[in-house]
Amino acid sequence: MKTLNFRVILFAFALIFGVVFSIPSLTQSEQGKKITLGLDLQGGLHMLLGIKSEIAIESRIKSMAASVKYIFDDEEIIFDELRMVDGEKITFELLDSDDVTKATALLKKELEGTALSQNGLKFSLAMTEEEIKRTKLNAIQQAVDTIRNRLNEFGLAEPTVAKQGEDKILVEVPGIKTQEDEQRIRELIARAAHLQLMAVDEERNARVSTMSAAEAKSFGDVILPDVNTPEKYLLRAIPVLDGSMLTDAKVGFDENNQPVINFALNGQGAKIFGDFTGKYVGKRMAVVLDNKVYSAPVINERIGGGRVQISGRFELSEAHDLAIALRSGALLAPVYVMEKRSVGPSLGADSIRSSSLALMLGFILVVIFMILYYGVAGVIANVALIGNLFLILAIMSLFGATLTLPGMAGIVLTVGMAVDANVIINERIRELLHAGKSIGKAIEDGYSNAFTAIWDANVTTLIAATVLYAYGTGAIKGFALTMSIGILASMLTAIVGTHGIYQWILPKINKNKLGFWFGIRKEGK
Amino acid sequence: MEIFKYKKPLSLMSKSKRFGLLSVAVLVFALGLIFTKGFNYGIDFAGGTLIQVQYEGKAPIDKVRDAIDTDNSYEGATVTFFGSEDEIVIKTKMSSKNLGEDVGDKVRALLKETGKFEVRRVDMVGAKVGSELREQGIMSMLLAILGILIYVSFRFEWRFAVASVLALVHDVTIAMGMIVLFNIEVNLDILAALLTILGYSLNDTIIVFDRIREGINTIKNPDLGEIIDESVSRTLSRTTLTSLTTFFVVLTLFMFGGEIIHGFSFTLLVGVIVGTYSSIFVASPILMWLGFSVSGYREKQAIKLKREKEKEKMRAMYENGTL
Repeated sequence: MKTLNFRVILFAFALIFGVVFSIPSLTQSEQGKKITLGLDLQGGLHMLLGIKSEIAIESRIKSMAASVKYIFDDEEIIFDELRMVDGEKITFELLDSDDVTKATALLKKELEGTALSQNGLKFSLAMTEEEIKRTKLNAIQQAVDTIRNRLNEFGLAEPTVAKQGEDKILVEVPGIKTQEDEQRIRELIARAAHLQLMAVDEERNARVSTMSAAEAKSFGDVILPDVNTPEKYLLRAIPVLDGSMLTDAKVGFDENNQPVINFALNGQGAKIFGDFTGKYVGKRMAVVLDNKVYSAPVINERIGGGRVQISGRFELSEAHDLAIALRSGALLAPVYVMEKRSVGPSLGADSIRSSSLALMLGFILVVIFMILYYGVAGVIANVALIGNLFLILAIMSLFGATLTLPGMAGIVLTVGMAVDANVIINERIRELLHAGKSIGKAIEDGYSNAFTAIWDANVTTLIAATVLYAYGTGAIKGFALTMSIGILASMLTAIVGTHGIYQWILPKINKNKLGFWFGIRKEGK
Repeated sequence: MEIFKYKKPLSLMSKSKRFGLLSVAVLVFALGLIFTKGFNYGIDFAGGTLIQVQYEGKAPIDKVRDAIDTDNSYEGATVTFFGSEDEIVIKTKMSSKNLGEDVGDKVRALLKETGKFEVRRVDMVGAKVGSELREQGIMSMLLAILGILIYVSFRFEWRFAVASVLALVHDVTIAMGMIVLFNIEVNLDILAALLTILGYSLNDTIIVFDRIREGINTIKNPDLGEIIDESVSRTLSRTTLTSLTTFFVVLTLFMFGGEIIHGFSFTLLVGVIVGTYSSIFVASPILMWLGFSVSGYREKQAIKLKREKEKEKMRAMYENGTL
């Protein structure tokens, strides 16, 4: 008997490799690398978010204005008419011409990426083109990081948050159990968590109920509503400080055992806060979150240490989510939904069941058909097919690839197409046997004749699959992936593997029993 | 077992006009459907929201319709059964950009009184994303065809490439016609199915072309028609068998794979049938009509061979130091 050849050894290795590495996925064990189930199979939330980057520019301008005010106050430069114009630039006027050199030098030093223009004592400060671009880029990157942090803190298993294209964010959250949970997660993501501490314009606040937004603007004020009551407040538009100086936020309880959020400010924030509260004793300061006033307590004394509390008649879960949002930082720009797909866990389970059933039935049909039609040659093809399936699973497990519903369809389809190589080879062998060639010669020539056809056919299918992978989204990518892996694996199992098996068993093949070995009908009957 | 035993070549090319007419007739019918009735775009490409709801027991579809009607923003929404009697799908053109305001949440609130149910799937695609996806879909189709054209030209000859691509267009167009005829909703999965048909049908065509290429080099008679007849007949068994195995699995997918991939498997089913037909009866005649000349090809091959031999000779001379 001929000894084992390299092809059959290679195939045996591939088979062992396939079985060993697909075990973790098949048994769903804790250890080892596994195939990740796509959201359509395990249930979960998939979202494509857009970002309103113009808002990031606007808030950048706003914080620039706050900085200008702080710097000038600190250096005792007197100024007036500090305004934001159309969310694009800020203008102000210096009152003392002796301050001009000092002021411009300070602004240049402290505010990077801005362009200052001067007309007498009137100045206008805008962002440079480059800075605007950078801010937009930053806004999206920051949104990705922030959303990721929030989801991680929420305690969800392996959420995916990634930038997609230039201005989109892909969010995938597997394993959401109920619609209520999903709603909570959506709200957590969407929360701008833009915290501002703003001074109440006490001089004019009495008239707030009759004041128009335009009139408020003319004073450099804004009108913001209370979060719980219909009351409105007139606030200085440029905030004392904002959430960027926040270092921590935790849920606590006040004296009435109501949930509150305690937050701490960093050194600079604490200093600004201390200075402000020291200067405006007896006046009110509003805690504003996402443009709603949560509270507006009267300042009784200077507050040092930078500890602030937000109370607003929260539900406990709301306070919890809010603290997460504050801790992980504000979104520089609000996000909106461009695409959302959510699948409940029961539907995912149904999809797994039905596609597995289809896979199994299809597989059984093909296996039976091959044996009936080709005899032992069919059995050999089936061995290759089983090897192919294990290899697909093993390769996907090793790369931690995602299996989606279309991906399952891809595997089913691969079962049909992977035996193709063996059909081509077997037909060639039969043809040569009919032509009276010896069995050994028929097998060798059969393989070499069939090779170019199989090769070209597989390469062209791979071209289509690659395009599908490059252009497809989400679940469709999974289809292209399983099909590509299936085709590549079939090159090894169906061509090399079966060839090795034939060479191995060649001495045993009885040339008088070609019907049994190759399913050939005897001549003359 | 042997069903398609090769005895003598079938005379297909002499009947190629008949198959050509049949194909043209079906193509015209398919194109007519596509341009008059048009595709029934699903939310992936048109934008909108789809909500799949499963009830305990039979879904009270009339009640659901009434409940949906109470909200004006759902004007034009459709409610249909989905796969079984306990499941329904609500489709609306509306989509909401606001993360806090979800169409799914709203529907849950609206349906509160209609019975015990579970919202199993909410898909929402904004109009902008829809049109982007559609552009991407067309791009991917064109790119795949281009890639195939280049590869086949490189491996065979340009007429082979054109013939195989025309056969592809034939298959995909007919499949699209069937999608319109059976009112299958066109979503991303249908696009994937169409691209798979592209790959599959080509696979079949390549196998036949490979045999023709082989025949050109081995069969003495330079008559292309006869070479094609011989090659197609020789591969007939393989073409049919592979189509059968693929057909089996796609059929199981269609019957047992679940409602969600129904459209996908339907499209594949059509594709397997048309793809098999076209690789036997369409691709090869096109090759002939394109005026492929066997003797011309052989001459070119001979020149190529001669040039290579000369090169080798030169190299040998160079290595021997005689040049």
